[in-house]
Amino acid sequence: MPVLIAHTISEATEILAENPDATILNGGTDLMVEVNFNHRHPSSVLLLRNVPQLREWSIDSSQQTITIGAGVPYAAMETGAIAAAVPALAQAARTVGSPQIRAAGTMGGNLGTCSPAGDTLPVLSALEATIHLSSQDGERIVPFGEFMVGPKKNSRLQHEIITAVTLPITGRRQGYSKVGVRNAMVISVASACFAVVDDTPRLAMGSVGPTILRAVKAEKFLTEATTNLNIISDEIAREFGQIASTEARPIDDHRSTAQYRAHAIKVLASRLAVRGTAS
Amino acid sequence: MSTNEFYSLKVNGVDHHVSDAWIGESLLYVLRERLGLPGSKGACEQGECGSCTVFIDGAAVCSCLVMAASAVESEIATVEGLNADGTLTDVQEAFVTEGAVQCGFCTPGLVMAVHHLLDENDSPSELEVKEALSGNICRCTGYGRIFAAVDKVVAVRKGALS
Ligand SMILES: Cc1cc2nc3c(=O)[nH]c(=O)nc-3n(C[C@H](O)[C@H](O)[C@H](O)COP(=O)(O)OP(=O)(O)OC[C@H]3O[C@@H](n4cnc5c(N)ncnc54)[C@H](O)[C@@H]3O)c2cc1C
Ligand code: FES
Ligand code: FES
Repeated sequence: MPVLIAHTISEATEILAENPDATILNGGTDLMVEVNFNHRHPSSVLLLRNVPQLREWSIDSSQQTITIGAGVPYAAMETGAIAAAVPALAQAARTVGSPQIRAAGTMGGNLGTCSPAGDTLPVLSALEATIHLSSQDGERIVPFGEFMVGPKKNSRLQHEIITAVTLPITGRRQGYSKVGVRNAMVISVASACFAVVDDTPRLAMGSVGPTILRAVKAEKFLTEATTNLNIISDEIAREFGQIASTEARPIDDHRSTAQYRAHAIKVLASRLAVRGTAS
Repeated sequence: MSTNEFYSLKVNGVDHHVSDAWIGESLLYVLRERLGLPGSKGACEQGECGSCTVFIDGAAVCSCLVMAASAVESEIATVEGLNADGTLTDVQEAFVTEGAVQCGFCTPGLVMAVHHLLDENDSPSELEVKEALSGNICRCTGYGRIFAAVDKVVAVRKGALS
């Protein structure tokens, strides 16, 4: 079982076309846990970590967007230019695992795994990010809402690699928060991202459904309840959180109960509506 | 493109050859069981305890989550290589004098994490130290002695203590 090491995106898609069963490896922080515990036995591996193009990011100032390579580690999103452009993404990145996990783990891997608890995913949902996929057939750009199709399921085709994510630079309020059993090294019990995009409020919720859920009723309520999204009263924020919690579809599992998760969404949504920072 | 059923790893500046390995083996396993470098410890094998911390191309990561055969193009540094002559580093020295070592199982990983922190930030705040060490679990010390060791190194490096 060989490890095939790509150095460019075209080399990676070529390897994948020739080895359709190859398992893609980036930071390894999801994949190696499964390999160590005998849950996965890859027959061959395509390593993307040594593709410099996947570790780049760029800002398009005419479109007001930022495109972040699938191999950029979380550590590079926590502060600096990426954090300034998309503060909610930086907030999400800072909550992932530990410094060691953030030095290795990537957004490409978060999207590859597509867990409802993946911390970047509510941010991609609220900001309506697009996912770039590459294969020998060319490039495909898919909105996040069509990318994640179920718990740990996405619409990536077997011969495609995730190359990058494009997000809008909104210049408006946005924020990400999660609830877990402690501060460091914790998978979320419930999470939420609030963002104002094109003067409309958006709320995406993680760990409370099979995919990341958008709280469309709460978004509509907030649009109608206020004319200035920069100043949201505590009372409106509370109502916003209340509505959002009715849109969550949580379950009981080993991490928490459905009832607590719905409560957590209420609190997270109302706090984020008041507190988010501007990019 | 390169493949590697037989491969070599550059650890602490030295090339080590690995043969007849299963390619899913973690770097932690290969270091300890195949290369005779047992300094990195394994406790959880799922990235949670930090006792296996090594540097890959300068980044501090969990070696249990690195597929060994994927690291053939990287510079790997382990706790064994911190001082080439095998003497203790200032961080290791401070761990000893401040009583930050009890059972010692977490120590190699913490020593690596502390070196990494202080290479990037020569005067970290209390919060920065706690954050930087949040991926390393110690079940013995309660961490107070470990933070004291970090403070000691910072002070010594600044010339305030010797
Ligand atoms: C101790 C610990 C704590 C963690 N804490 C958190 C947390 O707080 N929040 C969180 O969200 N996650 C957490 N995780 C999970 C993990 O770190 C993240 O999901 C991370 O983003 C995975 O990225 P990676 O590059 O390491 O992925 P890998 O493990 O390399 O890959 C993950 C999956 O994605 C696929 N893949 C990777 N890159 C691509 C690509 N470019 N194209 C197509 N497929 C690809 C792989 O085939 C694999 O199936 C934690 C993991 C550990 C071990
Ligand atoms: S053994 Fe690697 S983090 Fe615990
Ligand atoms: S000294 Fe025993 S685990 Fe830290």
